[in-house]
Parts: sequence; C-alpha cells; structure tokens
Amino acid sequence: MTDLHLPWLELSILFCLIGAVWVSRVKVPHIARNRALLCSGLALIATTGAWLDFDFLDAKQADDSLHLLSHLAGRELLIMDELSAPLLPLAALLYFLVILATLHTKIRRFSFAWNLVSEAIILAMYSCKEPWGIIGMLAVGIIPPFLELRERGKPTHVYIIHMTLFVLLLIVGWTFAEIEGTDRIHTLWVVIPLLGAILIRSGIAPFHCWMTDLFEHASFGTALLFVTPIAGAYAAVRLVMPIAPDWMLRSIGLASLFTAVYASGMALIQIEARRLFCYLFLSHSALVLVGLEIVTPMALTGALCLWLSVGMALGGFGLTLRALEARRGRLSLTHFHGLYEHAPELAICFILTGLASVGFPGTVGFIGTELLVDGAVEAYPYIGVAVVIAGALNGVALVKTYFILFTGTQYASAVSLQIRTRERFAVLLLAALILAGGIYPQPGVESRHRAVEELLHERESRAPIPTTIETPHHHH
Amino acid sequence: MPSAEQLVTALGWCIVICPIVLLCVLGLSSLLSRRLPEEVINALLKTTMIVGLTSSVLMLALMLPMSNPHVTIEGGKWVHIPEYEFHFKLIYDRLSIPFIILSFVLCGTIFAFASRYMHREPGYNRFFVLNAVFLLGMTVTSLAGTVETLFAGWELVGLSSALLVAFFHERPAPVRNGLRVWCVYRVSDAALLIAALTLHHFGHTDFENVLGSESWPYGRTEVSDHEALVVGLLMLLAAAGKSALIPFSGWLPRAMEGPTPSSAVFYGALSVHLGAFLLLRISPILEKSPLLCALIVTLGLSTAVYATIAGRVQTDIKSAICFASLTQVALIVAEIGFGLRYIPLFHILGNGCLRTLQFVRAPTLLQDRRLLENAIGDRLPKSSSFWRSLLPHTLQIWLYRFAIERGYLDAMIDDYIVAPFVAVFRFCDRMERRWTDYLSGGKSRESDEADGTPGSLEEFL
Repeated sequence: MTDLHLPWLELSILFCLIGAVWVSRVKVPHIARNRALLCSGLALIATTGAWLDFDFLDAKQADDSLHLLSHLAGRELLIMDELSAPLLPLAALLYFLVILATLHTKIRRFSFAWNLVSEAIILAMYSCKEPWGIIGMLAVGIIPPFLELRERGKPTHVYIIHMTLFVLLLIVGWTFAEIEGTDRIHTLWVVIPLLGAILIRSGIAPFHCWMTDLFEHASFGTALLFVTPIAGAYAAVRLVMPIAPDWMLRSIGLASLFTAVYASGMALIQIEARRLFCYLFLSHSALVLVGLEIVTPMALTGALCLWLSVGMALGGFGLTLRALEARRGRLSLTHFHGLYEHAPELAICFILTGLASVGFPGTVGFIGTELLVDGAVEAYPYIGVAVVIAGALNGVALVKTYFILFTGTQYASAVSLQIRTRERFAVLLLAALILAGGIYPQPGVESRHRAVEELLHERESRAPIPTTIETPHHHH
Repeated sequence: MPSAEQLVTALGWCIVICPIVLLCVLGLSSLLSRRLPEEVINALLKTTMIVGLTSSVLMLALMLPMSNPHVTIEGGKWVHIPEYEFHFKLIYDRLSIPFIILSFVLCGTIFAFASRYMHREPGYNRFFVLNAVFLLGMTVTSLAGTVETLFAGWELVGLSSALLVAFFHERPAPVRNGLRVWCVYRVSDAALLIAALTLHHFGHTDFENVLGSESWPYGRTEVSDHEALVVGLLMLLAAAGKSALIPFSGWLPRAMEGPTPSSAVFYGALSVHLGAFLLLRISPILEKSPLLCALIVTLGLSTAVYATIAGRVQTDIKSAICFASLTQVALIVAEIGFGLRYIPLFHILGNGCLRTLQFVRAPTLLQDRRLLENAIGDRLPKSSSFWRSLLPHTLQIWLYRFAIERGYLDAMIDDYIVAPFVAVFRFCDRMERRWTDYLSGGKSRESDEADGTPGSLEEFL
C-alpha cells in the first residue's frame, strides 16, 4: 500500500487528543478556547495536508508513513482513500469553525475539551476502514454529547434509548455478518439489525426524534458537530453497501426519500430556529442517503458531492444561527426579529449557506443536487420527483426563516450586535469555499466519481449479491 | 483583423461577462463590507450596460445578413463524468437577441433612473446587487443553450425577484409578499426542473437536440407526441408561475411592494414575460401537441379576462399597471398557443417598453394629472364603460367583489393547498411531541419557551 509522506492521520487525531487533555486542565474559558482553537487548527492543517498528499500520490488508498498505530495494533488501522480524503478536512474544518466562532455568551456552556475528543473520534472513524473500528468509533462517539446533556441536567432518555439501540443493532448485525462470512448470502439476522442501525443513526423517519431532542437540549455547537459530519452515511457506505442485498438498499433509499420530504415539510411549520435547522438537516442527510442507496454511478457521485456540500453549507448555516442565538437567545420563529441592520454579514452568510444547501446555481451544492436528482429520477422515474419536491420545500423554509430572523421589523438594541472578527473570518472562509466549489466544481465532482468507482468495485468484488434473501428459518 | 466568426464569439462572451463583472464587483464589496460610493456604483453600472448593449446590438448587426441567424457559443463542459455532462452553451438567434437587447435597454434605463430614485437609500448597494443578480439571470435564461443553463438563470431571476419585493424589509408586509412570490417561484422552478429531468429521461440533453438545429422559429423537434405533451405541460406550469397566469396570478400585485424601479423592470417588462419566453423557446415542442396548444390558449385567455376585470378596480397605480401588463402577457401566451411566433415576440417588446415607462412615471402620477388638468382647464373627464351598461346590477356587484378579491385565487390556494399541508404537518408535530414526551417521561421541548429574549447580553459584550 502507498504511504503518505507524513503521519498526517495519526497527527490529526493526536493533536485533538492532546488538545483535549491540555484544555481540560484550565478553568479560564478564554484560555480553554484559545488552546482548543490551536489544537483544532493543527488538526485541520494535518487533515488538509493528508488530503493534498493523497491527491499528489494519485493512489487508491494510502496509510500513514510511520505506521505507529499499525505496530501497536498489528495491522493497518488508519487508511485514507478517495471517499475519506475530503471528508477528513471537512470534519476538521467544521470543528475549527465552531470553536473559532464561539462567542463569549457560549464560551462557558460549550465544552471545548469534549468537543476535541469528539473531533478525534470522528477523524479516527473517517480514517478507518475496519468494520469493528468504525463500529467502535460510532459507539464511543455518542458519549461526549451524552455527558454534556447529563452535566447540564437535561433529559437524556430519548437520546440514550435511540443511541443504545443503534449500537446494539450495529454490533448484532455485524457479529452475524462475520459469523456468516462473505461467501454466502446474508440472512435477516444480518440485514435487519444493520438496516435498523443505519435508519436510527441517520435519523430516518420515524427514528429521527433523537436528533430533534438533541438539538432541544444540547448546546447548539455540540449538536451541530454531532450531526453535520453525517456519520450514519459513512456507516452505510462502509458497513452496509458492500454486503447489502438490493432490496435492503432500496428500502433505505425509499425510507430516506420519504424522510427528505417529510422533514422538509416539518421544517416549514417549526416555530423555533434550532428545530427548523434540525429538520432541514434531516431532509438533506436523507437526500444524501437516497443517492447512496440508489447505487448507480451518477446518483452515488451526486450523493457524495452533496455530502460535502451539505456539511459545508449546513455547517455554515448552523454556525450563523448559533451566532444569532449568541446575540438573541433561543430564536422563536413566530415573530420577526429584524436583525439585518445589525449584522448584514451574518444575513449574507445565512442566505448564501442556505442557498448552497438547496443546490442554488453558482454554489457548491448545485451540481451535487443536479446529479442526485437526475440519478433518483433515473432509478425511480415517478417517486424520484420527491427529491425535487423536498428541495423546493427546503428552499421555501430557508427564505422564510431568513425573512423572519433578519427582516420584518426594526430591532432596537442597546448594544452593538455587529459581527465579530472571528465570525467574519469564519463567514468569509465559508463563503469562499461555497462559491469556489460552485464556480469550479469539476475537480470535486471528479474526485467523488473516483470514490464511487472504488465503492462500486468493492461492492462487486464481494460475494455475488443476491436480489432475494434467505429467511433465518430457511437458513437453519 | 479578426474574422467575423471570432468577432461574433467575442461579442457573445462580452454580453455574458458584463453582468458577471457587475455582480462580482458589487457582490464582493457587500460581502467584504466595503461599501462602494454611489458614484463608483453608477459608473460601473453605466459602463457595463453600455458595453453589454453595444455588444448585443453589434451582434444583431453581424447576424442580420446571415441566412441562418443561429450562433452557438460553446462554453465547454463545465462538469463532465462518464455518466453526466453539464454543457455551458449559449444560443444567439432571432429569439434570444431581441430579448437580450430588451434586457440591456430596460435595465440600463432603470439603473439610470434608480441611481437618482434610490439616492441615499440605506439599501442602495443591496438594491443594485440584487438587480445585478437579476440581469445575470435574465442573460443566462435568454441565451441558454441547455435546459440546465436555462434553469440556473431562471432561479437567479426568482431569487432576486423575491428579495427585491422584500426590499423595504423593516416592514412586515413587503416581507410577507416577498415570501409569497418566492413560494410561487419555487413551484415554477420545481416544474421546470422536472421538465428538464423528463427530457433527460427521454434521452435529450440540450436545446439543439430537442428543438433541432434550425434557427428559431423553424426548429423541428424529434420528441414524440406523448413526450411533447408531458414536457410541455410541465413547462406550461413553470411558465404560469413565472408569468403569473391563473392560478398563480395573486403574487403579481403583491410584488408591487418592491421599489418602483425594480417593479418596472421585473413585473412590467422582463421577469413577467419570462414564461412567455420559455413557451416561445420550446415552440417546436408545442407544435407537436394540439391539446397542449389548446390548454395554452385557454390559460392565456382566461388569465387575460381575469386580469382585465381585476385591473379595473385597483386603487393604486402600480397594481393597476401590473394587471394591465398581465392582461397583455396573457394575450401573448394565447398568441403562442395559436401558433404565432413573431407577433408574440414583438408584443413582448412593445408591452415591456410601455409598462416600464408607465411604472417609472407612476410616482409622479398626481403631478402628471395636475399638469393635464391645468392644460385643459378642467377636471379630466370620467368615462363609463360601454360594457357596464349591458350588465345587470347583481352581476356588476358580483364582478366587483370578484375583482376586488382578485378572483379569490390567493384564498383558494390558502384554503385548499396551504391549510391542509400545514394541518397535516402540525398533526405530525403533535405526534412527535407526544412520542418524545413519553420517552422523556415529561416535557421534552425547551423550544416552547423560546421568545428571542437575550439570555446574557453582558456576556456578549
């Protein structure tokens, strides 16, 4: 296997873990934030370096140069391939921007140490192709938000019930998959638990309530960072796609299609901004899953492009909402707020990131959405149109929220609500990425297409995928 | 000395680059919070408009002697993977060139007017950024050589339109109306996108492939009758949304909340004619389906009747002009349904110019009226309609109510589409609340207490 020039992956995880320990040792919030920012920034540099290095190597997959972890584990654990190459810097960027844009109002409530731990877990998961490694990271990843909820004295039942069920189903499903091996048709003992696990983690209706609950009770930053990397989609691609029978993928695809429309409709009637964001996100992540489960090159490429654009666009959208929350508290959508005059840059960022998420021309989401919509209609000529409907409803929800938050009245504030320097940097960086990806999309699309070719090759190289499955009874 | 072909290509690119430069300069200055002085904005507007218009007119002059005035400029494959290609292709022909000249003439006039009308307005820069988005959208839509390109321009026009309706955003009414416009445009956009997907599904990619390579309006399509009907119906829905045809007409008077210059160029002249433009562009498809043509004529004529009735009772000048404009747009649509091609095109050009003039004169209506009355030395005569004397009184009352309520179109959409939609999703929301309350063993929604009150402003400081 090709080696990267530096141990980028191990370094990125190490920066986060060291940072978590370093940050946890200080009690002064400002110092904690600055330390977290430094470590997160280093992790971002390391992941970006890994991506560029991987691109330069032109390899199908690559691992770290020093093999430190491999020596300890006895096998290669951290591997980078076409799929994970841009996901790593994307996740690191989201964490970096959230920490960067955390204002004084949020600084005491936001746990920098635990979020660095979360970042390390996410980066480790994206760097891992080993099924048990991914399952382990997914399981460990649910702990930091749980601890935060408990520490803040918030109800944890909804979150913990769903997440425990998710982990159990994942472990059961994969255990049976290993018992059955790769040379035979998988039974329902494998398929049903894995299907359930993916549906729960991806927030597919009716298993999505944990996500709205998390946004209700956790700090916005933690909830945002827990969902925006779309870990459920990663589990679907790595664990399910290579072994799943067609009917299972179709089931996930149809359930996701329903969720995309359902969540976009729900977004329209929400009366609070966080819940609205959550439903918008659910709708978009469901669209990513729709594309992933159609398993045609075009739809898959669209889904992978959308994955990146949704992470970037909705990450930025969430950051803008969080910035507004820092100024106005929880944002009701039942009346106008009129914040445009106070923070026009935030308004521009809000509309730009929102439009990018719904695939507006000239933004990073446009081509991904086009590919996905084309692929969905090709696979499901009639119900594929639901993707278009979901997009239209999301667009309405977005502009409606923009109007409610930024216009409709004149808000008189005793203090300046102007954008801060850190926020301005985050806004400009996101705007640059969104517009650059929209104006020159070819490299991104090409890279996602290469990832798709690999995924499809992997799926084909496994044991022949059956279109029908054996029941457990039949099997025994 | 450049060849004629090189010159045409250069001019073609120049037409597209002008609005792009305008948008980039104005948009980036807004994004970077470096507001340009009004004089700089005006100079930039003037330069780009003059260059764009001159290029368009020169292009027309170069194309006039051509036997087949149909120039295609290939912008290359913007995105290409084995399964998908996005061509950026522009078409300059008898349809797009007049439309693009109209766009530059009217936008240039309106920009010159607005530079004084909007002088020292707090949103001066925002106004022109949105107008630059609109001009780019119009240019891309008019010259689009593929459905995807047309869709991209179509969306840009829609967004700028909705945000300009809500331009005076410190009041709730313009914002609500802007949202209404946006909702209708989203329906229109979705219909256009589905039409594009249907064309792809039937194996067609760009306009030359669908409409033939002959110059407009002599193109011949290869799509089957059934395909023509399906795609045509979707395109008609898209056109109905954009051109405010029945049942979407309710948004047009609402759009008058925007600044008068943008109302003029959007709803008097360009944007409102985009639906008709789309139908003209796909005219070879329409010719394949008599049923589709009959539907277009019916929709056009019924909208014309509706608009002329509603327009007669409007109490503000902008609404009256917009209904007058809609009457003409609807007639243009009917003309297209009857199989006419050049007449609707000239009708668009004439109506666009006339309504722009009327809109920009609207703020001085009372002054104009006073001048007229002073000139004749008496009050202006009030003429009673001939038709009024023929109608029974009860029917007059009914028609008046119908007109003042704008045909109950908005009420019908609210009652039969929006209300059931909201009711269904509110029911789902209640069910979700019960479920999370049950799992939590108590109240699960903190968001119920959200009131927008700042928690700790001293911390923010």
